[in-house]
Amino acid sequence: MVSTPAPGTAPGLDAAAGLDLQASFESLLQGLGLSPGAAHLLWLPLPMVLVLVAAVVGVLVNVWLERKISAAVQQRIGPEYAGALGILQPMADGLKLVFKEDIIPARADGLLFTLGPVLVLIPVILSWLVVPFGQNLLISNVGVGIFLWISLSSIQPIGLLMSGYASNNKYSLLGGLRAAAQSISYEIPLALAVLAVVMMSNSLSTVDIVDQQTGAGILSWNIWRQPVGFLIFWICALAECERLPFDLPEAEEELVAGYQTEYAGMKFALFYLGSYINLVLSALLVSVLYLGGWGFPLPVEWLASWLGQPIDAPVVQVITASVGIVMTVLKAYLLVFLAILLRWTTPRVRIDQLLDLGWKFLLPIALVNLLVTAGLKLAFPAFFGG
Amino acid sequence: MFVLSGYDAFLGFLLISAAVPVLAIVANKLLAPRSRRGERELTYESGMEPIGGAWIQFNIRYYMFALVFVIFDVETVFLYPWAVAFHRLGLLAFIEALVFIAILVVALAYAWRKGALEWS
Repeated sequence: MVSTPAPGTAPGLDAAAGLDLQASFESLLQGLGLSPGAAHLLWLPLPMVLVLVAAVVGVLVNVWLERKISAAVQQRIGPEYAGALGILQPMADGLKLVFKEDIIPARADGLLFTLGPVLVLIPVILSWLVVPFGQNLLISNVGVGIFLWISLSSIQPIGLLMSGYASNNKYSLLGGLRAAAQSISYEIPLALAVLAVVMMSNSLSTVDIVDQQTGAGILSWNIWRQPVGFLIFWICALAECERLPFDLPEAEEELVAGYQTEYAGMKFALFYLGSYINLVLSALLVSVLYLGGWGFPLPVEWLASWLGQPIDAPVVQVITASVGIVMTVLKAYLLVFLAILLRWTTPRVRIDQLLDLGWKFLLPIALVNLLVTAGLKLAFPAFFGG
Repeated sequence: MFVLSGYDAFLGFLLISAAVPVLAIVANKLLAPRSRRGERELTYESGMEPIGGAWIQFNIRYYMFALVFVIFDVETVFLYPWAVAFHRLGLLAFIEALVFIAILVVALAYAWRKGALEWS
């Protein structure tokens, strides 16, 4: 949804320019007599609100899936009364939380207690700025792209630590400390895995990263060139989302609910929302970085020639854009499904195992992966993005 | 105002994403009941009355991990421009990064030997 191409777009990629809703919208408004600046200002909030709604709907679907799949794993039925197959259950949960009393413990630090969940949620939502659903279908193709997500995701542990400390509860304090230790331990392998992908696409922009994976359909996706990076990224993403093999910060048998223990009502809902938005975001980014983003498993050129249309015909552009959105969401939800299945089938690791895995296994592997990628790029530039 | 393209959207989205939690908390304040009395404001400690507070001197075992983290985080930040420009830099940059990473691997090995990465 943005027309300005990122500075430093990788050369040699002749992907179809695709739909450009922003340019058409702004030229329409300018045709009505508005100045370019005013047209731009009117355009800006549209994709943001759209993405926000998409994120919230994504979370609702995710919560429903989580409950249905966990029920299936445990041979239960799961929610079934609110709407067909219980599809409205997450909405009912959310509505209940809005009407619940907000309790701040008497001995807690009220300001930090309120600021904690807010600080957890904002960076997670803000990261959706760089999630592309198509060539021009993202809020803003900023040059730093994926690096923005990495830097935003390191704000989150501050919020967790803050809420853990402010609760003045022993479980919360331990949970907050664990959350901070966990996310700093897995941030470095995560960043190094991303680095290898960035090296292959010569750009930090998420759009360029996907563009680099087009050309030969499923065969040009990064997962074939970065299998180790893919595994590292996925493990670290699960750890950053505090999903079950790594949900130590809120391990209910040990810490009641970790840093969330004292939270009720809307502030609890903010944590809940944040963790699910983060899971959907991580799944989307895995599909962008490793699974070809909006790319169709078959090259788009074949589809266009099969339809007998030139690649830049409006019909073909609309079709490829919608197929692109569907593909992105489909890939992401495949990974979400995997994450849910992992949650309900694997036991929790211990804290020392968690830290060992991060520092003594994933970090060296990620460094080697980066150097091997660099070496291979020198040896076979054609296969590794020139 | 914005030297680089695309950051006006960042500012706008920052405002919108900050509005979400604020609106949610305000809605909760307006809609939810309030009945502040006595024991519901106690912190939870498995059904007992809490013994002492949590704001005490406390051995944070993650301290050493945090120190090692700072080193490697700065390292990754240094490596980002290298990776983006790698296709233009060639073999020499590869060898330089190799030396750079080797020095840090020595540091990691040292921290490992010294037990900074042990949980015990």
